[in-house]
Amino acid sequence: MTDNQRRVDVIIVGGGLVGMTLARALCVHGLETAVVDTADLSTTLAPAFDGRCSAIAAAAAKLFQAIGVWDQLAEVAQPIRDIRVTDGASPLFLHFDGQAVGGEPLGYMFENRMLRAALMKTAAATDGLHLFAPDRLVDWTRGPGKVEAVLAGGQRLVAPLIVAAEGRGSPLREQMGIRSARWSYRQHGIVTMVAHEKPHGDIAYERFLPDGPFAILPMPGQRSAIVWTVKASQGPAIMGLSDAAFMAEIGKRFGDFLGKLELVAPRWSYPLNFNHADHYVERRFALIGDAAHGNHPIAGQGFNLGVRDVAALTEVLVEAARLGLDLGSLEVLNRYQRWRRPDNTATAIIMDGLTHLFSNDLRTVTAARRLGLAAVNRIKPLKTFFMREAMGATGKLPALLRGELA
Amino acid sequence: MNASEALPPSTIDAAEVAKFSHIAATWWDEDGPMAPLHRLNPVRMAYVRDEVCAAFARDRAMLRPLRDLKVLDVGCGGGLVAEPLARMGGSVTGLDASAEAIEAARQHAAEAGLAIDYRCGTVEALAREGARFDVITALEVVEHVADVDLFLASLAGLLAPDGLLIFSTPNRTMASYLSVIVGAEWVLRWVPRGTHDWQAFMTPEELTARLETAGLAVLNIEGLSFSLADRAFHVSPDTSVNYIGVAVRRLA
Repeated sequence: MTDNQRRVDVIIVGGGLVGMTLARALCVHGLETAVVDTADLSTTLAPAFDGRCSAIAAAAAKLFQAIGVWDQLAEVAQPIRDIRVTDGASPLFLHFDGQAVGGEPLGYMFENRMLRAALMKTAAATDGLHLFAPDRLVDWTRGPGKVEAVLAGGQRLVAPLIVAAEGRGSPLREQMGIRSARWSYRQHGIVTMVAHEKPHGDIAYERFLPDGPFAILPMPGQRSAIVWTVKASQGPAIMGLSDAAFMAEIGKRFGDFLGKLELVAPRWSYPLNFNHADHYVERRFALIGDAAHGNHPIAGQGFNLGVRDVAALTEVLVEAARLGLDLGSLEVLNRYQRWRRPDNTATAIIMDGLTHLFSNDLRTVTAARRLGLAAVNRIKPLKTFFMREAMGATGKLPALLRGELA
Repeated sequence: MNASEALPPSTIDAAEVAKFSHIAATWWDEDGPMAPLHRLNPVRMAYVRDEVCAAFARDRAMLRPLRDLKVLDVGCGGGLVAEPLARMGGSVTGLDASAEAIEAARQHAAEAGLAIDYRCGTVEALAREGARFDVITALEVVEHVADVDLFLASLAGLLAPDGLLIFSTPNRTMASYLSVIVGAEWVLRWVPRGTHDWQAFMTPEELTARLETAGLAVLNIEGLSFSLADRAFHVSPDTSVNYIGVAVRRLA
């Protein structure tokens, strides 16, 4: 084999959070991976905070323990020990106390840049993980026995399988002609971070306000991440407000229970839409994370679902590799699809239902909502998020989500 | 040229060889005539891996559990079993009577970057060369063989003293007739009509007895059953359709 050709077990296109987690998870089981990303991943480690955060559930944290990344993450993780859900001005609220499930945190919040830094740091020390960034795929072919990829830098990669982890707009998914179901919620999610005078006590708040859900998620230090869902028609106007006017709007919804608030991050606005790939696998090809499914980020599910994909795909590939099976065969990849697609579909439907119910200000619906705690009980997003994890919603939980290697 | 014409009339059934040569190009098409073999592969390979790990005291969770073992895959066809055996670290010889199948196997292995010694020939010829193997697999093969006793005796001769023979084949029952012939060939058309001769199938008892005659002792036989729940084959106690087993040389 020539110097500029490398044979690996899996080519991963996209070195974001999900792609790097997958690479690490496969490599700790002895497989070789090549990760290709167009970005210079070292610059994405620049210390400036971009305001973006992710939530992971307790089970996903177990995966990071199993693959030896948790030590790096624990220092920057903010545990969520308690979740309080309120509906508008109603005094009724639901309370999920972490003590009820054994004192373990229900989940964790991270700044994405911290997750990325931890993953890059471990990647550099991971045997069998070959990073090609910044670089890009200029050509790739799927043959009967292999995938061959040519990178702009001249590197040739050969593997039985290529995985698309490029996020929502996955170019590889488009090239494969895999169609996605997609629709827009006609809402925008505005994300930012505030510092406050009083400690948050590791508590997350989810408020269902007439113009959409407003989430306050604890972050390290006396800070909380804000996820504010607004009608699409209002989004640009809110994004155009001065910092002072924007903070006044935030303050109205946040309240004063944590004292004085200060804006400490840029604002980000995302159109909320849903996309779900028609199928996740083809011969020698698999979609993972947001490339497969982009959900409403109402409960910060995106990365968390991606981690569940990583756990399932890793287990399927590692078990297949131990049997010498062709990692790119449909016989192997269909197992991953059968494992993950129903779970992701269920999450998408739950998130979709929530969005419609809680974004509705019709008086009857609101009244029913307030009176019907039972109904609320079934659909509170954060509860759904964490409880589904605890229950192992997919039936058989991958070993990595139980904190074990496959 | 038909390779079988050049071979001595022995374990080779010329009509069977012609049948498989005809579809050589489709060995690796997961939806083609070999679809059932692709579906059988994960469970067959798991059985092989587990039996080898037990016999040679190896860790099932390791990536190359067959490392340093000489492995022979008999009736290898396009290499559906030989390739996983090689990826599991085995030093693999693939043997088939069909020159077309061997050519397809060589091409595919080259593409997949696997070093496998593919040979067109017979077990009796290989046995005469004095070759010995730690593991021999004969999966879905014995039902296509002309002289079963010569075939099994040759396998016994090819087995190293502590070697393992792993075999799988359809049973000869009403259930196997319905699923292999009526189901797979006629209704689902998974495989071309006439791929199997049900009369040539053996029951586990018959095969066990003939292995005994060849000097081999059967250690274990399990059923292979297709589950509609996950559309995959699993090891089960039900041997009525397909079964898989392991044999060793009897102490003299």
